Amino acid sequence: MTTVSEPEFRTDPAAPAGVPSEARAAAAPAAAAVERLTGVQTLTFAKALNLAMADAMEADSRVLVFGEDVGTLGGVFRVTDGLTARFGTSRCFDTPLAESGILGMATGMAMGGMRPVVEMQFDAFAYPAFEQMVSHVAKMGNRTRGQVRLPLVVRIPYAGGIGGVEHHCDSSEAYYVHTPGLTVLTPSTVADAYVMLRDAIASPDPVVFLEPKKVYFSKAEVDLDALRARYTAEGAPAGESSGGHDDGGQAAPSSTIGTAVVAREGTDATLIAYGPSVATAIAAAETAAAEGRSLQVVDVRSLVPFDDETVCAAVRSTGRAVVIAEAPGFASMAAEIAARVSERCFHSLAAPVLRVTGFDVPYPAPKLEQFFLPSVDRILDAVDDLQWED
Amino acid sequence: MPQNTIPDGEALLLPSGEPIQMIDADGGAVEQGGWKEPYVRPDDARLLSGYEHLVLGRRINDQAGALVRQGRLAVYPSSHGQEACQVAAAMVLGSEDWLFPTYRDTVAVLARGVDPVAAFQMLRGSWHAGYNPMEHKVATQATPLATQLLHAVGMAHAAKLKGEDSVVLALCGDGATSEGDFHEALNFAAVYRLPVVFLIQNNEFAISVPLSQQTAAPSLAHKGIGYGMPGERVDGNDLAALLAVLGSAVDRARGGGGPSMVEAHTYRMQSHTNADDATRYRSDAEVAQWVPRDPLTRLGRHLAAAGLLDEDVEARIAAAAESVAARLRDGLNAEVEVDPQDLFAFVYTEPTPQLREQSAFLADELARSAGATIENAEGGLR
Ligand SMILES: Cc1ncc(C[n+]2csc(CCOP(=O)(O)OP(=O)(O)O)c2C)c(N)n1
Repeated sequence: MTTVSEPEFRTDPAAPAGVPSEARAAAAPAAAAVERLTGVQTLTFAKALNLAMADAMEADSRVLVFGEDVGTLGGVFRVTDGLTARFGTSRCFDTPLAESGILGMATGMAMGGMRPVVEMQFDAFAYPAFEQMVSHVAKMGNRTRGQVRLPLVVRIPYAGGIGGVEHHCDSSEAYYVHTPGLTVLTPSTVADAYVMLRDAIASPDPVVFLEPKKVYFSKAEVDLDALRARYTAEGAPAGESSGGHDDGGQAAPSSTIGTAVVAREGTDATLIAYGPSVATAIAAAETAAAEGRSLQVVDVRSLVPFDDETVCAAVRSTGRAVVIAEAPGFASMAAEIAARVSERCFHSLAAPVLRVTGFDVPYPAPKLEQFFLPSVDRILDAVDDLQWED
Repeated sequence: MPQNTIPDGEALLLPSGEPIQMIDADGGAVEQGGWKEPYVRPDDARLLSGYEHLVLGRRINDQAGALVRQGRLAVYPSSHGQEACQVAAAMVLGSEDWLFPTYRDTVAVLARGVDPVAAFQMLRGSWHAGYNPMEHKVATQATPLATQLLHAVGMAHAAKLKGEDSVVLALCGDGATSEGDFHEALNFAAVYRLPVVFLIQNNEFAISVPLSQQTAAPSLAHKGIGYGMPGERVDGNDLAALLAVLGSAVDRARGGGGPSMVEAHTYRMQSHTNADDATRYRSDAEVAQWVPRDPLTRLGRHLAAAGLLDEDVEARIAAAAESVAARLRDGLNAEVEVDPQDLFAFVYTEPTPQLREQSAFLADELARSAGATIENAEGGLR
């Protein structure tokens, strides 16, 4: 008869979370800690995300990473690889298999002063967390008149183009962008993967961070020193006033939140895309250029808040627009963009705003996805329909 | 508390054979029998202070019902009959601990120190939370069932990571135990060995649905063992037993012993809310059986027998409760001023450009409307 019995697997009393037994830790090959890369590097999109988390965790001990298989394994896409090895099991740890539990716990941890960055393993497996997302994550700040803010990030690998089986390819952004209180970001380049994730982690408000799986292993050269220079030692965007709260001004210029970018200059028509569709849009613009038509590409990247200014300035400069997105088009982000552009740029438009989106069907089986996804040809056909004869 | 008699392993995880009771319905002391832990009855001074909270809680429940009838509150889910659970939940916590209540737990929220007029703003319809959760470490009253249990787990996880020894007490009803978040919360709490106490107020009904249609488990407290955490059942109308059992669970959590769940067996004496009609699903005779088990009369008799409660003390306690009720009444009778710009002000830390546009639109609309009397309407968000 003693006091409370201690579960046997809990070998390290100081480690609160997901601690493997010493025996298992000894048997498994130790994952290498995230390396301290500097200077100009060729990185994958996934590695850029990985470094963003490592740097944010280094800068701020309140930043925690957890989810399913994110610890020892390093995530099914290896985005969290080496974080546990570098920061320990109290900073990056595996959770039981329960998405609502992950997000609900993250909510409480954020209330308790932490800055959780949680991973949902796949787009469709974030749905069990939907109630927590919509009823609490999105509403807590408003409900409490700003007295309880939830600085948490929900990373969700999303969208298709990888030949994934059912439930692994959903473009689920419409659910989140329709929910006031959420910030919704989706980077499309390696540099943005780093910067936008750090901006998300630094945000005082909850961020749904949608990672296009298709580009996880695309590579680009980035100057890490320059990217890091955007942040203070504490992890805040350097351009932001330290308080951030009370100046009542616009978002600081150095944060990417709320900003779209022109990904490719062009003069004849504007392709508006985000996430996995940006690369397709750029490919379409390259093909069009060879055929003598100059297409501009805007990468929306911040779905909420939406950068009306940049998007509309781009559309006004060309007078024609096509919106491209993988998700089914009905009641979608693409529908919202088309409506906004039509309302705001009507007098600059030479043609109706067109959309190239997924069909209004569930995400198809791998052998059918080529017929579903927006393609270069489909985009160029839409461009051809923009009333050039006038 | 002597620790050497607390059982190990499964015996600790399973609840005692009967709900723990220390004071019976007539106010008599109950001797220990079949308790798995050596629970210690709180001393009478503590019970007297608890009794004051019970009387206040009952008065608040009555007052809130009246305010609904007068149209001052939209609705009120009363905890009439459950006041002992409400009061115990607050009394076992220290100032650094956290409480995660539901819509039915307003009395517990007040017992923790939240201003009554503030706490009732949610039901009054002026804003969703009503009070600042950070001030008294009381989360907002959750309506989506069982969701708050996970927030409690997260709060406890944060405390543990920060090396604090605070404890979190989370409340839910018997119906909420069927929700997935209940399962996820208990499982997470146990896996991470977090300092959380889950108090389930089993008031026998989830709106109209009786407990027998929520679970086939021998008792809700038996669910604890499935998660590897101690479960206990307690007479939910016996403040002494509640304080002892919850106090033990809080001590265990604070000492690093992990989470516990406690099922308090009580009864919802009134309809689910004023909008509900309980006669459609239960008989008056059933309700009448619970009247003699009332938590107030029972503790009152006990304290009177112990010589701590006479007419004078009773009158003083009633007067104190009356003055809080009067303050609540006055606070809710005063016209509430709302600022339409509050629609936009708090959705994000900084309003988005779209919200600024919409705020300016509303400000302009209000300025143009002939009947606009609301101040600060011009110009929208600043
Ligand atoms: C997720 C969810 N489903 C349904 C409801 C509607 N609802 C509100 S209270 C309630 C009954 C809850 O019963 P119980 O958990 O036993 O608590 P009690 O109301 O008896 O205190 C229901 C179904 C809700 N609030 N949340």
